[in-house]
Amino acid sequence: MLEIRNLTCGYESGFLLQDINFEVKHGELFGIIGPNGSGKTTLLRAITRLLRPKNGEIIFEGKDIWQIPLRELSKKVAVVTQNPPANFMSIEEFVLLGRIPHYRKFQFLETRKDFEISRRCMALTNTIGLRDKSINQISGGERQLVSIARALSQQPELLLLDEPTAHLDITHQIRILDLIRRLNKEFGLTVIVVLHDLNLASEYCDRLILLNNGFIHKVGSPKEVLTYQIIEEVYKTVVVVGDNPISSKPYIFLVSEEDKGRGKRL
Amino acid sequence: MRNKLIYWLIWISVLGGILLGISIFSLSVGSAGIPVKKIIPLLLEGKGTTEYSILFDIRLPRIILGFAIGGALSLAGVILQGMFRNPLVEPYTLGISGGAALGACLNIILRLERTLSILSMPVCGFLGAVLVILLVYSLSLKRGILKIHGILLTGVMISFISSSLIMLIMATSRTEDLHGIVFWIMGSLEEPNWLLIKLMASISILGLIVSYLFCLDLNALSLGEEEAIHLGIDIEKVKKILFLLASLLTGFSVSIAGIIGFVGLVVPHFVRMFVGGDHKILLVSSFLCGAGFLIFCDTLARTIIAPMELPVGVITGILGGSLFIYALTKRQVLLGGR
Repeated sequence: MLEIRNLTCGYESGFLLQDINFEVKHGELFGIIGPNGSGKTTLLRAITRLLRPKNGEIIFEGKDIWQIPLRELSKKVAVVTQNPPANFMSIEEFVLLGRIPHYRKFQFLETRKDFEISRRCMALTNTIGLRDKSINQISGGERQLVSIARALSQQPELLLLDEPTAHLDITHQIRILDLIRRLNKEFGLTVIVVLHDLNLASEYCDRLILLNNGFIHKVGSPKEVLTYQIIEEVYKTVVVVGDNPISSKPYIFLVSEEDKGRGKRL
Repeated sequence: MRNKLIYWLIWISVLGGILLGISIFSLSVGSAGIPVKKIIPLLLEGKGTTEYSILFDIRLPRIILGFAIGGALSLAGVILQGMFRNPLVEPYTLGISGGAALGACLNIILRLERTLSILSMPVCGFLGAVLVILLVYSLSLKRGILKIHGILLTGVMISFISSSLIMLIMATSRTEDLHGIVFWIMGSLEEPNWLLIKLMASISILGLIVSYLFCLDLNALSLGEEEAIHLGIDIEKVKKILFLLASLLTGFSVSIAGIIGFVGLVVPHFVRMFVGGDHKILLVSSFLCGAGFLIFCDTLARTIIAPMELPVGVITGILGGSLFIYALTKRQVLLGGR
């Protein structure tokens, strides 16, 4: 569905994402992980056409994304960013903004279909009860859910999320990732998600890409990527990797300075 | 869905009704009071009487001009506030008014009106405005990308530069010129030329139509530029068109009526408090509200100390500012951008 070939891109300030090659298959839940400043968001920005590649191509469904008209692309690819949304509209109006790519020329008002779709997306994300509230009346977790509802109302085939669980408590973290998982499994939505939390990435993603200093360090299943050698090398932090007893996915235990010595003594 | 549409229609008809009421009120009051019920008979068969000419040669042009300029300035305010996601931006922030005022000042001290025609004043003002627009536009354009913050900063700086230049001109000009400059800067809806009035009215309505074509883009832009790209909006094209549209609306208004402050800042806020941030309704209702507000202020300006006339900018400032503060304390609504 999405193929990235020899991608090099970056900012004028000098940060460069180099030599990126990977492929996301249809129906995959694909995670992007890496330390701060490793280029996760840059990669996402390149995929969403905010950043023009210096070299290489990003192929979506067989076509270079820069050859696809922006409007056509936005009917198929939706993005949930970390930007705080504007605050003077109701949640329903906010979710309806996701319908903009589907408007016909000279269509100004939403049709019944637009309303039905946005209601369905709100129901799916469990936010329908919020629809008359304004954005500044809801919590951070709800805000994230509403942003996902807006992206879903674009009816995308590919959904990109930039750290959807940042600053949220575990209830909301799990709720959001369960929702993403469900969208992926039940509706066949392909998802690329930037995650900070390695354990969440391990639990929910089919495959992971680990970035480090603008290069790909490793691509593969959580079991292949999340080994203690790789994590210690990239994150420069001592960890212990065990298995989650329920899902048997890798689970990363952090080790404090004080306990490091004890580990050696034992 | 139906409910919202009905709500909007009610809003538009209420605002339209208020606008009509204010216009009729404005027709009937003045140094020669003409009762409302006499207006219609006069309209039908009063041709040739003094009252007829007061109505149609003195008051009606001002009302039409007030409608056009009030509408245009409010519209420009909505567009710019939406585009910049900044509630403090108004049409005059971009330095366009400064440029126009500088043009008008030069016109006065160089006495172009005598050598050329009476039209030289608006023409000079407009040239000044266009010059500033081009300057701001080209300075903020970097590799085909219009930098929003660049526009704002350059605009503010150009504003300062031109107001300093105006002060320089004022300091060195003769007393009779000084009076002309001060009065021009304070703004007035007195415009004897029907052609200019018609031109302004058509530009203003055209502006409303064109801006409405971009209401969805403005809605998307209220989420931020990046989000708008994700929604498939070609933001570079949209920003350029909207900037030029708002600038032209402001430029024409300023060069015809001088600097009438506050309308473009207060009206969009005021309307947003009631109808919300959706540009589909915000554009139209701000236009109507701005038009009504300016006609009302102008009526006050010419009646309070009749037969003398106050500068209308004074009234819009005092009235607009206090109304706004009142509304702000009554309704705890967070306004504007983010």
